[in-house]
Amino acid sequence: MAQAARRVEHGIPTPAKYSIKIVINGQETQLEVAPWTTLLDALRNHLELTGTKKGCDHGQCGACTVLVDGRRINSCLTLAVMRDGSEVTTIEGLAKDGALHPMQQAFIDHDAFQCGYCTSGQICSAVGLIAEGKAKTADEIREQMSGNLCRCAAYPNIVAAIQQAMGAS
Amino acid sequence: MINFQYTRANDVSDAIRQIAADSNAKFIAGGTNLLDLMKIDVEQPSHLIDISHLPLTRVEEVAGGGVRIGALVPNSDLAWHPLIAKRYPMLSSAILAGASAQLRNMASTGGNLMQRTRCFYFYDTVTPCNKREPGSGCSAIRGVNRINAILGTSESCIATHPSDMCVALAVLDANVHVMGPSGERTIAMTDFHRLPGNTPQRDTNLNADEIITAIELPAEGFNKNYTYLKIRDRLSYAFALVSIAAGMEMDGKTIRQARFALGGVAHKPWRDQSAEALLNGQQATPETFMRAANHLLRDARGYDHNTFKIELARRTIVRGLTQAANGTPQSQSNKKIA
Repeated sequence: MAQAARRVEHGIPTPAKYSIKIVINGQETQLEVAPWTTLLDALRNHLELTGTKKGCDHGQCGACTVLVDGRRINSCLTLAVMRDGSEVTTIEGLAKDGALHPMQQAFIDHDAFQCGYCTSGQICSAVGLIAEGKAKTADEIREQMSGNLCRCAAYPNIVAAIQQAMGAS
Repeated sequence: MINFQYTRANDVSDAIRQIAADSNAKFIAGGTNLLDLMKIDVEQPSHLIDISHLPLTRVEEVAGGGVRIGALVPNSDLAWHPLIAKRYPMLSSAILAGASAQLRNMASTGGNLMQRTRCFYFYDTVTPCNKREPGSGCSAIRGVNRINAILGTSESCIATHPSDMCVALAVLDANVHVMGPSGERTIAMTDFHRLPGNTPQRDTNLNADEIITAIELPAEGFNKNYTYLKIRDRLSYAFALVSIAAGMEMDGKTIRQARFALGGVAHKPWRDQSAEALLNGQQATPETFMRAANHLLRDARGYDHNTFKIELARRTIVRGLTQAANGTPQSQSNKKIA
């Protein structure tokens, strides 16, 4: 991470840009970001990876969930510059060689969405949940998925989809 | 969010040097609360010092049988850590009762202590708030104060501390290790957070140039008779209206030693040793628990919308102490209250 020189024009400091490297969906990517650029905004606005959604932008809805170094987090509540050197997986990185990830297939099989806005976050969160390995029962899935809201209330089908993917993985 | 400078700290002394050099600087670790507040300009640091890469991520046993937790251990790692789950299940349970899986993956142990209130008026920058803008007044006292405090309040502030984890840490007699320009010191968890008084802008007794390095738990973990019971508007992913962390040592039906603290009711985890004293040596009955509850709540005061919390707290205490005495701790996934 190299900090570019800060310039002052008309007495107002121009924001510093920080050069960072992140492996995104297996691709090493270099980008220049302002200090306040969240990982979510870097993905959507700098890299045009718009599969990750901005819902509340305050860590309350889970639509922005991505996997950073294998762990699910809210990308709206972390700065891109803090994630310099990390590996990020978004919804665009889950399918391999044209085949859907088992979680994506399970969401289709169980009709686990309606409008679809929360779905990328739900799927990334569910992939993180399986990696954590702490949820076995439907109650535990519900509890550990509570950070992902679905205003269409597809919850029963989301739980069923996760149970299917758990069996498959 | 306003413009700010971003730097990384190389080690703990570098972090202290950097924070001492800039009175408007703040540390950032998990960032889950600070960035949220920066987005709405409640927090406006000129400089963020990123401490998230410092090697304070160990959970280790120490001499005397206790456990030392690095300040940067993520909440989820701490909750699921075998040493904590086995010896301090009340702490695991409290952590898992809070936030969401994603937030717990980000949030740090030290940051959990430093999180700020969720009072609506603290967040609403167009209304007066003594915590956000000292001297401007408290909008909550005569406002929508359903979530606010009933104990230890002042005319300046009726905010609560929102943490679940800290309630368990208070019961466990945890100590907070901090480092500053003049070296290391230890603050008892029960002294870490302050009551609002007339300086509600100060949440804690940590000095501006100090950093939390670790939390240390004494050996006593209450791993048989304990609970963390959290009452809230939703069954998950909501702050406590009232919560209780309780730990006991039982001798049959007799309580040899009991400790408990409440969350969601005050500016800090609310522990009252004179209420605990009413339990020690007594039979574990609803009447015993009610006596302790009434005593703890003797000075409780409602502010209209939150008056229900006094009776809710009474019942939560009786239920929580019953769970602890019976060895039937509240499950954090099956939400039926035993």
